[in-house]
Amino acid sequence: MNILGHFNYWIVIVLMMMGFYTVISRGNLVKKLIGLSLFQTSVFILYISAGKITGGTAPILIDDHGEAAEAASHVLYSNPLPHVLILTAIVVGIATTALGLSLVVRINEAYGTVEEEVIHNRDESL
Amino acid sequence: MSDHLPVLLVVVPLIAAPIAALIRSVRLSWLIACGASWWALYAAWGLLSRVRGGEVISYALGGWPAPYGIEYRVDAVNAWVILIVAAIASVATPYAYQSVRREVESDRVSLFYSAWILCLTGLLGISVTGDVFNVFVFLEISSLSAYALISLGQDRRALTSAYQYLIMGSIGATFIVIGIGLMYIMTGTLNMMDLSERLPAVMDTRAIPVAFAFLTVGFSLKLALFPLHLWLPNAYTFAPSAVTAFIAATATKVAVYMMLRFFFTVFGAAFAFDVMQVDLILLPLALVAILSTSLVAIHQQNVKRLLAYSSVAQIGYMILGVSLASVAGLTAGLLHLFNHALMKGALFMAMGCVMYRVGSVRIDAMAGLGKKMPWTMAAFVVGGLSIIGVPLTVGFISKWYLVQAALAAGLWWVAALVMVGSLMAVIYIWRVVEVAYLSPAPDGDGVAEAPLAMLIPLWVLVAANVYFGVNAGLTTEVATRAAEILMGVTS
Repeated sequence: MNILGHFNYWIVIVLMMMGFYTVISRGNLVKKLIGLSLFQTSVFILYISAGKITGGTAPILIDDHGEAAEAASHVLYSNPLPHVLILTAIVVGIATTALGLSLVVRINEAYGTVEEEVIHNRDESL
Repeated sequence: MSDHLPVLLVVVPLIAAPIAALIRSVRLSWLIACGASWWALYAAWGLLSRVRGGEVISYALGGWPAPYGIEYRVDAVNAWVILIVAAIASVATPYAYQSVRREVESDRVSLFYSAWILCLTGLLGISVTGDVFNVFVFLEISSLSAYALISLGQDRRALTSAYQYLIMGSIGATFIVIGIGLMYIMTGTLNMMDLSERLPAVMDTRAIPVAFAFLTVGFSLKLALFPLHLWLPNAYTFAPSAVTAFIAATATKVAVYMMLRFFFTVFGAAFAFDVMQVDLILLPLALVAILSTSLVAIHQQNVKRLLAYSSVAQIGYMILGVSLASVAGLTAGLLHLFNHALMKGALFMAMGCVMYRVGSVRIDAMAGLGKKMPWTMAAFVVGGLSIIGVPLTVGFISKWYLVQAALAAGLWWVAALVMVGSLMAVIYIWRVVEVAYLSPAPDGDGVAEAPLAMLIPLWVLVAANVYFGVNAGLTTEVATRAAEILMGVTS
C-alpha cells in the first residue's frame, strides 16, 4: 500500500503525538486536558479506521426471502464492533475530561491559578 | 444463584453505588457500602472455594457464548485477587465511617460512599472479566472514582495530586487501549482465551510486539512501577485516610494482576519472556524500585508519604517475583500481593487513627503516642514488623519465598538485595516507632485512643497479618496453584 492508503493512520499518529506532547509540555492545567483529549481521540480514529472496509456498507441484516437473500450474501459490510467499543471509550473520555475540568475548577478556587508552576511555588512557600 | 456468582459479584455493587448517591444520608449510604463489600466478600469466597481444586468457571454474560459475548472467567488466579479486594473492602468500609466523618465534609459523604462502591466495582470487574476491552472499561470505572475519592482530602494539595493521577492514569489507560486495539486489529477477537489461541499465528508481525510494549507501559503506569510511580506518593499522602488504606491495599494489586493476566494468559510466558524478554526490563526496574524508594522513604517527614514510598518498594518485590518467570517466583509475587495488602492496609489504617485524634501524620506529631494511643501504635508496630519481614508475620512468608525463588534461579545477588531492602525498611519503620515510644509526649493536648469502630477493623487486619504469618497453608496453597495455572504447569 502507498502512503496515502494509510492516510487515517498517519492522522492517528500525528494527533497522538500532538496530544501527548501537549500533555507533557504545557504547564496550564486546562491545556494539559485538551492534550489528553486529543490523545484519546486519536485512539478512537485508530479503532474506527480498522473497522472500515473499502466499499463496505452499514451492517444491516436484509430480509430472508426473494432476491434480497441473495443480495445479502454478497453484501460487504464494515465491522460494527469497533464503533460500539469506541462509543464506550467516548463515554469514558467524556467522563475523564469532565472530572479533570471539575478538578481544575476546584484547584482554581483553592490556589487562584491554573498554572502548574505557580501552584508548585505556592505549595513550596507553605 | 451460585451459578450467577461471577456476574452478581459485580452487578450488586454496581447497583448499590447510585442508590448510595441518591439516599444522601451518611449512615444509610455507609450501610449500603458495607453491604456491597460484604456481599463481594461472600461471593469471592464462594468463587474461590469452587476454583481451588483447579476448576475454571466460565460465565457467558446475557447468555451469549464466549467469543461473541463477554465472558467472565474465574480460575484460581483471579479468584485470589477478587478475594484480596473484597476482604480489604469489607474491613476498610466499616473503618471508614468515623474517619470519613472527620475528614470529609458531611454534604459530600453519601457521594463519597457512592464513589467508594464504584471503585470497588471497577476493581472486582477487572479481576473477574475474561474480555480485554471489558478490562479497560472497569479500569476506568475504578480509576475515575479513585481520582474523585483522592480529591476529597482535606489539604488543597489533594486536588493537585488527584489531577496529576488523572493525567498519568488516563495516559496509562489509553496506552492499554492502544495495545488492545492493535491486538484486535490483528486477530479480530477480544476474548482472552480466544486471543491466546489466535495470537501465535500473528506473533511475527510488527503489530503484536508493539501492542505488547504499549500494554507493558500502560500496566507499569497503573501499578506504579519505578520510574512511572510519580503519581503515587502524592495521591496516597493527601487522600482521606480511609481512601489511602483502601486504594493502597487494592488498586496497585489489581494492576499487577492485569499485567500477569496479559503476560501469561493472553501472550503466553514464552512470548513475553523468551521473545520479548520483558524480564530484562522488569528485573532491574524492580530492584531499583526496592532500593531507591526505600531510601527516599527513610528521609520522609510525613508518615503517610513514607508508607507510600514503601509501597512503591513493595511493588518492586512483586514485580521481582514476576520477572523471575518461574512457578516459585510467581508464587512469591502472588503471595506478596495478598500479604502486602494486609500489611499496608493495617499501617495506613493506623495512620488514619492518628489523623483522627492528632490531626497530623508528621513524624514529630507522633511524640509520645505509644502511651496515649497504645492500641493504634501497637498495630503500627506489628504492621511495621510485617513490612520488614520478621518471622511470624506475613511479610516473612513472602520474603522467604522470594529469596528462595531468586536462589533457585541462581540469582544470589538479587536475594542479597532483597535483604538490603528489608534492612532499609527497619530504618524507616524504626524512625516512627522511636518517636512514638521514646520521645516525651507534649502535655495536655487531650489525645486519647482512637474510637473502637476504627480500632476493630484495624486489629482485624493486624490479626490477619499474624495469623497468615503463622499459618500460611491456605495462602501458599492458593498462590502456588495460581502460579501453576499462569505458567501452564499442571500439578
